[in-house]
Amino acid sequence: MRLSFTLNGSEVEVEAPPAARLLDVLRERLGVTGPKEGCGEGECGACSVLIDGRSVCSCLVPAVQIDGATCVTVEGLAGSDGELHPMQQAFLEHGATQCGICTPGMLITAAELHERDGSWTRPEVREALAGNLCRCTGYQKIIDAVVEVLDGR
Amino acid sequence: MAAEGRAELACDRATSLPEALELLARHRGAAVLAGGTDLMVDLGLGERLPSRLIDIWPVDEIRGVRKHGRRLWVGALATWTDIIRSPEARQEAPALVEAARTIGALQIQNRGTLGGNLGNASPAGDSLPVLLALDAVIEVASRDRGSRFIPADQFFVAYRRVRREPDELITGVWLPGRHDRDRTHYRKVGTRAAQAISKVVFAGRVRLVDHEVQEARIAFGSMAAVPVRCPLVETALTGRPVDPSASEKLARDLAPIDDIRSTGSYRIRVATNLLRAWLEGLR
Repeated sequence: MRLSFTLNGSEVEVEAPPAARLLDVLRERLGVTGPKEGCGEGECGACSVLIDGRSVCSCLVPAVQIDGATCVTVEGLAGSDGELHPMQQAFLEHGATQCGICTPGMLITAAELHERDGSWTRPEVREALAGNLCRCTGYQKIIDAVVEVLDGR
Repeated sequence: MAAEGRAELACDRATSLPEALELLARHRGAAVLAGGTDLMVDLGLGERLPSRLIDIWPVDEIRGVRKHGRRLWVGALATWTDIIRSPEARQEAPALVEAARTIGALQIQNRGTLGGNLGNASPAGDSLPVLLALDAVIEVASRDRGSRFIPADQFFVAYRRVRREPDELITGVWLPGRHDRDRTHYRKVGTRAAQAISKVVFAGRVRLVDHEVQEARIAFGSMAAVPVRCPLVETALTGRPVDPSASEKLARDLAPIDDIRSTGSYRIRVATNLLRAWLEGLR
């Protein structure tokens, strides 16, 4: 089926089977390889993207459901002038990345938190990021970075 | 991965409730696609491959959480995040909000739906014991017969089978408003807090009037082929002050199996402990 949606601020059109995974549509049909495949069953969060502002696992979203929606991948977080998203900047400053596979998904979930109102405790941040696994176990610096940005808003 | 089966799978997209019911009437072997958090995993494994999909995600009529008089209506397409953020749900059904918070993690809560949890009817479905404990009523609708209402304790008929006809759609769940003498509780036990499939899910409700239990609902998930209430324990609790020793009767209500996640004897021990701890806290 023909799908039209907003991807990282641009209107895109792509042909894909309705039950194809959004992850495959992004990576293989549109060449957007920021979202990674870890588990392929919604547990690791490496494929997280924002759909209409909410972090979801793109391996669990069927292509049919992206039609008409707004999707942001890690490629779309920085401004058009190349200015990094506050979460990206904080990840850099804290060294919140090791092998890097979980980083795009971590940033996407962090970006959703950034858009939400309210204050965040450290345990709340840990819970909100529980769906993003870091197999290098580099959680402390990731949590440090996210907490710092949320506290500084 | 069953990529080919998935690539050929036909899918209709319903944009309104009448359209969804029309599609279901025409395609009786079709699977209903809501948030996809269970169905997409099945498709990836090539398991339970349906003949066709009907995507109901755009059907806004069955989205949201609202009060209707004293009752609370939770649309089938309400996501766990919708439920967690709903002031009405927090007020009227805190145990359901508690369950929603423990489901998967943020990404699953953002996409998974109450209607999907019901339709998928996993014995480990995290919200399902809460619906039993709160005397929920499930509304289903079809093009030819309109709406009908099924009490939650009659909804689950066998392993992953529910009392929904092939042409019917789960449209929402009705919950009685919170009774001011009710105490409710929700607890699940899994391998870790996030993402894990539950070994034991417990939801309880007792109505305490003058220190006496007037009504008790004790429900468990992951303890049988379907989410179940425990009639012997409920009877033992009713008509007297809270008695934690009623939890000892649980082993007569339930006979859980050994499986890859846990053993039957562990499940009974944990379930009994969860129930006893809650009851002791109520005294």
